[in-house]
Amino acid sequence: MRADLLTDAVAGLEAALEAVDAFDQVLAAGLLRPGPAQAAGLTALAGAVTGTPLASRTAEAAEKAAGGAAAEDDFLALAAGRTALLGSVHDALMSRIGEATGRESVTEEAPGSAGASPANLLNAARSWLCDVARAGWQGLDRETVAGAAPVVSALLPDTGLRRLAVLLDGFAAELAASAGPGAPAGRFPLRRWADLWARGLILTVPGAISPPRTSGVTGRLLPLGVDLTEHATAVQAQVHAILEPAVGGPPRLVRAAASAPKPDTVIGAGLWQLLRPHLSLLAAVSEGRSMDLEDMPVTAEGDLIWDDARATPGEPADPLATARVTLPTAADPRTAPLDRHPARIAVPVFLEAYTVAEDGTCTVTGCTLPVDAGRAPAAGPLTAAAVKASTACVGLLRWDDGTFRLQPLAVETTVKKRKAVVGAGDWGGGTADKAGLRAEKAAADARTVLSERAGRLLRKR
Amino acid sequence: MPDWERASLARVVPPARPRKLAKVPFVELADGRLQGVVSSGSDIERVYVSSVASGTFEFSCGTNNNRPCGGARGSFCNHVRALITEAVVQYGPGRVARYLKADDPGDEDAAATLIAGMTAARPPQGDRGSAGTVFSRFLRHLAYTEFAPATAPLPELQWFPTARAEA
Repeated sequence: MRADLLTDAVAGLEAALEAVDAFDQVLAAGLLRPGPAQAAGLTALAGAVTGTPLASRTAEAAEKAAGGAAAEDDFLALAAGRTALLGSVHDALMSRIGEATGRESVTEEAPGSAGASPANLLNAARSWLCDVARAGWQGLDRETVAGAAPVVSALLPDTGLRRLAVLLDGFAAELAASAGPGAPAGRFPLRRWADLWARGLILTVPGAISPPRTSGVTGRLLPLGVDLTEHATAVQAQVHAILEPAVGGPPRLVRAAASAPKPDTVIGAGLWQLLRPHLSLLAAVSEGRSMDLEDMPVTAEGDLIWDDARATPGEPADPLATARVTLPTAADPRTAPLDRHPARIAVPVFLEAYTVAEDGTCTVTGCTLPVDAGRAPAAGPLTAAAVKASTACVGLLRWDDGTFRLQPLAVETTVKKRKAVVGAGDWGGGTADKAGLRAEKAAADARTVLSERAGRLLRKR
Repeated sequence: MPDWERASLARVVPPARPRKLAKVPFVELADGRLQGVVSSGSDIERVYVSSVASGTFEFSCGTNNNRPCGGARGSFCNHVRALITEAVVQYGPGRVARYLKADDPGDEDAAATLIAGMTAARPPQGDRGSAGTVFSRFLRHLAYTEFAPATAPLPELQWFPTARAEA
């Protein structure tokens, strides 16, 4: 990998992000009674999409919003402008990553999805997001934030709308913490909340979250590692892997995931217990095995829609060996148009001959990248110390806060004078580790209490 | 220098910490209160809905059938104390104290120090008007155990990386 390309400036990036920042400031004060500073921020966003198909609609929305007269469609147009801008940032960053890894991308265009979602629920979500934008982060009160709860409750049972439900649930929890007592005043995660806000609005467009089209794949699946994401009331384990198609042709990078809403007290090993029964691949990762897939549905984006019935455990497979040997020949999937955002970048890479410093940065061929060792699951053996002592690593290349970063998935290191592979998802399928077993026991107890209480109290009503 | 305001993955809410749920199945910092549900020690069918308000420390405790708690007369009952103790485990003493606007109890014996500080202020006993709301929030919380997991990708969770607390 040419790591030097990752620390070079990307042309046009700063200008695009400045326009994003200008708009993000607007949401801090809200759009109920916009002042001149906010008008300038709105103009900056509209100016940045000049020459695109969104230009006139964004300009019109910016003008209305600056006059304090934005309707829901105008908020949506502003969210679309910001999303397009960050989509272009995503594309520039991905093309730089492509130069650095030297890998090909699949050329197949992601097809559009079909189907419609219940409009009333989407409208309710949109209406809450518009209320939030009018209030602004500074003007949020408990009541405005609480408006999300009935919307989320109505969205959650419909798995087809779960993406929006989970987003709003996590976003509203952060807003509630910020609007509650004892929160630091006047300081807001501007980029983050504008991201979540804009994404929420985009997902309320009918068709934006309808199920993707799939085709079936057969072949050998070689896991690279597990990426765990969670907020208080939802979790997803996503396995990054390489698929060697049985029909031949180049191997391709794919992902397989399981996700679920959860109570906020289900954490640590409890997350694995929740997801394990739905993704046999987690056990394969823990055991260091490949899996053989038979006609498994896959989207054009490279997401397997996992079905345990279509997968059987295969031969032992070491993720570092897969990363060393097969990864350079694998094709990267394309990202669906609406998903293009820098936060969505997660490109598997293999690194060796690096050093990890005390401050957690990794230096490889003279270039330094921050390492996000804190992104490893709490219920797992991949500690910052293991990363620091490692000699080779398979990880996800990400980008945030103006720089590329490395999230380790598995490392080669020395444990008790013997070479060993330590992975973030090693406890996903279960573990024999002492600390791991304690965590499993505690999590199982918590689950027992919750299901007992649910059984006794939910059914009574 | 990392710029928190310009990070998509800026941390806003610290991750919860594991705790035992048998005694206090539900705790939350919401509606301007520390509130939750405490299991009865004697009757498995009964739970107590307890709360402490931010700022005034006004407390209330009663059963889910809206009977008053016999212990909550004049000062924090054992249910309210258990609620505070478990909140400190789940959220950490600093976060609980900030929310309640109580003095930071430090890390040693945090729950006991926090409770002592609040009771010393002679908190008023409130009515149980919010008990119904808290109990419905508990039921809503329990409903999260019952949503079916799915294997379609959830790209929105890319904004919510897990956080490993390093010792």
